[in-house]
Parts: sequence; C-alpha cells; structure tokens
Amino acid sequence: MTAVTAPPKKASAGPPPAAGRRTAGFRPVVRLLSLLAALALWQLLTTLDVQLWLRFDQFPSVTDVAREFGQRLGDGAYWQDVSDSLRRIVTGFLLAAVLGVAAGVAVGRSRWTADLIGPVLEVLRPVPAIALVPVAILLFPSNEQGIVFITFTAAFFPVLVATRHAVRALAPVWEEAVLTMGGGRWRVLASVVLPGALPGIFGGLSVGIGVSWICVISAEMISGEYGIGYRTWQDYTVIDYPGVFTGIVSIGLLGWLTSTLVEVLGRRLTHWLLRREGSATS
Amino acid sequence: MSTHTRVASTGSRADAPAAGARIGLTDAELGRPGAAVLHGVDLEAAPGEILTVVGPSGCGKSTLLRTLAGLLPALAGQVTQDGRPVTGPGADRALVFQEDALLPWRTARANVELPLAIRGLGRAERRARAKEWLDRVGLAGLERQLPHRLSGGQRQRVQLARALAGQPRAVLMDEPFGALDAQTRAGMQQLLVEVLRGTGATVLFVTHDVDEALFLGDRVALLADGGLTGIRQVPRPRDRAAHDDPATTALRRQVLDSLGTKVL
Repeated sequence: MTAVTAPPKKASAGPPPAAGRRTAGFRPVVRLLSLLAALALWQLLTTLDVQLWLRFDQFPSVTDVAREFGQRLGDGAYWQDVSDSLRRIVTGFLLAAVLGVAAGVAVGRSRWTADLIGPVLEVLRPVPAIALVPVAILLFPSNEQGIVFITFTAAFFPVLVATRHAVRALAPVWEEAVLTMGGGRWRVLASVVLPGALPGIFGGLSVGIGVSWICVISAEMISGEYGIGYRTWQDYTVIDYPGVFTGIVSIGLLGWLTSTLVEVLGRRLTHWLLRREGSATS
Repeated sequence: MSTHTRVASTGSRADAPAAGARIGLTDAELGRPGAAVLHGVDLEAAPGEILTVVGPSGCGKSTLLRTLAGLLPALAGQVTQDGRPVTGPGADRALVFQEDALLPWRTARANVELPLAIRGLGRAERRARAKEWLDRVGLAGLERQLPHRLSGGQRQRVQLARALAGQPRAVLMDEPFGALDAQTRAGMQQLLVEVLRGTGATVLFVTHDVDEALFLGDRVALLADGGLTGIRQVPRPRDRAAHDDPATTALRRQVLDSLGTKVL
C-alpha cells in the first residue's frame, strides 16, 4: 500500500532506499503492536492480580478504565475539564512561544540586551516552574491566571534558550548578503534571523510543549479549579482509581496530540531543512 | 556626473541603463583592528570596467572586497564611491560570495526577488524581473527550486542573478567560481561577461586564478605581501584564443612572476 504511494523519484535511488521503503511499510504496524502489547500486559497483570513485589491486585484493569473512560466521554464535566486544561496550556504556551522567541532573538543578537536581561534570566531559568506556585498565588488575583503563568514559565525558558542558540549559529553570509542588498535590521530580522532560526526554535517549542503539560497538570493538582489535573487528583482523594487512570490516559493522549501538532507545524515550516539534510547524504 | 555621461557614451555597453560607479581606496589600511592585512592600498575601478584582483589565498582579497562593500570599515585611508566616502553596505554595491550565500529556505526565484523587495517593488514586477534574470543566467524552469536542489554552478548563477537584479552600480565578486570544477568555471566566466553586457555596472572581481583574472579583467591588479604590487592593462578583445597570443602569454608570465611562486 505504501509502496504505491511512494514518490516515483525515489525508485531511481538504488537498493538501500528501496529496502528502507519496505521496512517503512511495517513501521505503523509495529508502532500499533507496541501499544497493544503494553495494553495486553497491563490487562494480564491486573486480571491475574499479580503480586511480585509490584502489586497489581488493586490496580484497575484496562477494561475497568475503558468502561470509566467511555462513561466520562458522555459526561459534560469531562469535556469541561479537557477544555479548561487545553485553554490554559494553549494560552501559556503561545505566550511563551512569542515572548521566548522575542527574548531569545534579543539576547542572541544584541550584546546590550544580553548584559541587561541575561543575568536575570539565567538565575530564574533553573527554578522549576512548579516551584513558582507560591509566587503565582502572591502575584495573581485568580488561580486561573496563576496556572497560565506557571505553564508559560515552563515553556518560556526552553524556547528562549533554543532561539538564542539558533540565532547565534546563523551563517554570517546570509546577513551580509541582505545588508549588501540595502536591507536594514528589520529586514535582516524578518528575512534571515527568524526563518534561519526556525529549525532551532521548533526544537525549543517541542521541549516547551512537553514541559508545559507537566506544569499545567501539577499546577491544577495544587491550586486548580477544574481541569484534568484537578480532576485526577480529586479522583485519587476519593479512591476512584479507574477515574485516576482515565485522567492519566487523557493527559497522555492530549500531550501526544499537542506535541504532534507542534512537530507537524515545525516540519511544514522548515521543510527546506529536512530535504537539505536528506539530499546531503546522496 | 560628467564621468557617467562620458562612460555611457563611449563605453562598449551602449544600452547601459544605469552608469557604473567609480569605486576606490586611497592609502587604505585594511583588516580587523589590530590585525591589518593590507597596507597603503591605492586602487580605483573606473565606471563600467571589470577590474580583477589576483593574489594568493589568504592575501587579503576578501578583506578588500568586504571593505569596498561597506561591511568592514577601513582601518586607515579612504573608501569612496564616486568621491563620496563609503560608510556602510548599500544596494548600489552588490556582493557575490564564494560560499553559498543564497537563503536556503527561499526558492531560486524568491532569492532573486529579495533585493527587489528591499527596494520596495510590487509583487508582480518582482516576479517578472526575477524571471527575466533567471532566464538570462540560463536557469529558466528552475525558478521554484530550493537552493539545495541545484548544483554548485547553478547556485552561483542564482547568486549572480540576485546580485544583478537589484541593478547595482557596482558588483563586487569574491572568488564566485572558486569552488566550481574547471569546465563549469569556464562556462560561468563566459556567462558573466555576457550578462554584464548592458548593465553598465563596474565590476571588481577577486580571484586566485591568473587565467581567470586575465580572461575577465579589463585591468588586473596584483595583490601580494600585504599590499598592491601592480596593475596591468589586459589586451583586448576578450577571447579565449587570445591565451595563445604572444602579448597575453607575456602578460601572463609577467603576472605570475610578480606574484612570486605562491600562485600555482
């Protein structure tokens, strides 16, 4: 099936790519099997009530969780929690993306900015965002804003650092070329710095979206009003384990979905780079 | 102003739309602060001429061009264009690099459009002019390719089109064919002469290849040992067969001798 859809120009490339294409057809199958095997193992351990130091006797089985999940999908409260968490992470992450790229470019391009705000950023950077919960409570009038702030902080630093590195690694000739065409600093920024740094920036965004999820869930557990993290912790306090696992699975799926979106967007915007690397081997 | 009209009327490129600039260095010291590589350089390219600068690798040829482009300030002396000091890079002095200076995320056409966009031209006109220049350098049909899909020679053609599309009054070329194989290089030299015809632009072309310098240059400047060691007029008409001609052979011998054994 995949062999039919493969681009014809690859066929001329000789045996190694052809072999690669043959295995590539199996890859989705292998990936699916890997997930199914994990679920099967989980089901087996829980239905047999295995107790080998690790204890699975109290552990909800896959079918327990699936039943609970199915019920919640028909419940408005679940979707309210999902949309609360998503709204928080999207707001915090987008803020982090915009401000992280802006700060990264400023610090990477200007020695003045690097000296002015660099030290403050470097001191704040090692502080785990979740340790800022007390700060967020002090600073913001509502929990909602505090959670968004935590999520923002989590993603901000990976984006900042990745952008700074990418900006500093740009080939100087690109900038010189634009300067000798009469371009000014804004032209250099728009035509060279941002597009050239994009692959690195997306590296930071991929890390950032992952850390954002960790922090939004933790912040919801600590100080939240609704949201998946809050719900998961609530279920734990009333010993509703299938509910807890529904929360865990939801977080996993949503995290995977959002990071896939970031990946796909990144690949679209930096396709020139991927193809260049591909052609470099030939 | 008077020099421009004179050149436009007497020059071989009669259909020149814009007059070439007179660019020069006076008693200039060039290099990075504390690390000057060239001293006492006096050099002037007349409007519309092709002045080649030949010298061994590492003698400061790139420094010379980058200073004329305005990317590097002179440590001492004057850098001028039509008598006015050069204070920074500008669109009337285009620079063609040896290394790959095309923006890899832009197609060939978008690269050529860039100087036109900087000049504020509308989309339709940019597109038309970019196409015209890509046609002139022999890349018709490859407008939408990204640079990595093109060969080294094709990429340098795009660079050439990009430099000339902005209608600069001077083109500074830093060993643009240095990384190409011998056959591609000969073709590119021929192409350069053809596409320059009619632009009127002054060309300063830096190379370590004496034959290239003699083929392209109206005059050849010799660079060695931290300074300019001479300027020679090249007999014309420009012709590859002229390499066997006694005058050119003698000049070639002369140039090689004055550069010492550093040039192969």
